[in-house]
Amino acid sequence: MTAPLRFTVRRSPEDAAETGPVCVLLDLPCDLECIEEAVELLALHCFAGRRPGQRTAFRFRVALAEALANAMRASDRGTGEPGRRVGVSAELHLETVRVSVSDQGDGFDPDALPDPTLPDTVERECGRGIFLIKSLADHVEFNDRGNIIWMTLPRS
Amino acid sequence: MSVTSRITDDGVVVVAVEGQLIVGNRQELKNLVHEALERGGRKFVIDCSHTGYIDSSGLGALVSMSRKVRESGGEMRIAGLNEDLRSLFELTKLDTLFPILETPEQALAGF
Repeated sequence: MTAPLRFTVRRSPEDAAETGPVCVLLDLPCDLECIEEAVELLALHCFAGRRPGQRTAFRFRVALAEALANAMRASDRGTGEPGRRVGVSAELHLETVRVSVSDQGDGFDPDALPDPTLPDTVERECGRGIFLIKSLADHVEFNDRGNIIWMTLPRS
Repeated sequence: MSVTSRITDDGVVVVAVEGQLIVGNRQELKNLVHEALERGGRKFVIDCSHTGYIDSSGLGALVSMSRKVRESGGEMRIAGLNEDLRSLFELTKLDTLFPILETPEQALAGF
């Protein structure tokens, strides 16, 4: 049975002198079947009160679904340890959302991935996830270990 | 996601994908196509008219299914992609692997 999602929203105090961005936090089990629900929950919060264009909403959903799937597979890979989690943090800025997805895996080198559009790779079943994220997000960064990704995506 | 299939009078298996085609549910689509192949189906149209988004695993599943169909002497066509979905196929160059038609009707024409 799928573990329940743990979802919390943190907001900066409205009377704070320097109001920080609203931050949406999500903590997920490594269960691929959670992804669709998690993506919809985050979209709901990140686009609350807005009317994002179809293209904006599409880019958000695909990039986030990719990042979550990668993180869940990386967290579980070879560890055999139950209960590993994936964390998501979305900072809401006026025109953009900066989403981080972190996993408990060993990380990877995103620059070492082959181009999946070449003649000898295009028919492979796997290997398009990071390529899609880089194509759909405005900006993508990784930490040195390669187990945290930051994606900047539009909100409108 | 829900996947439904029908067979036309010409023996074309039309598979409609409703909702998201992603890592958590792609196997359902692969199983359906695999079973249709085993029953002798060789012509497939994947109808994405009501598909929300497709992730890389969903794209990979389409690549894998297309290869299996081709190796069995058949053909798989994709139809009904909206502008966003079509852009995914173009970004990944998968538009060079599949015949992509605007509508299921166009995909069925002359199949």
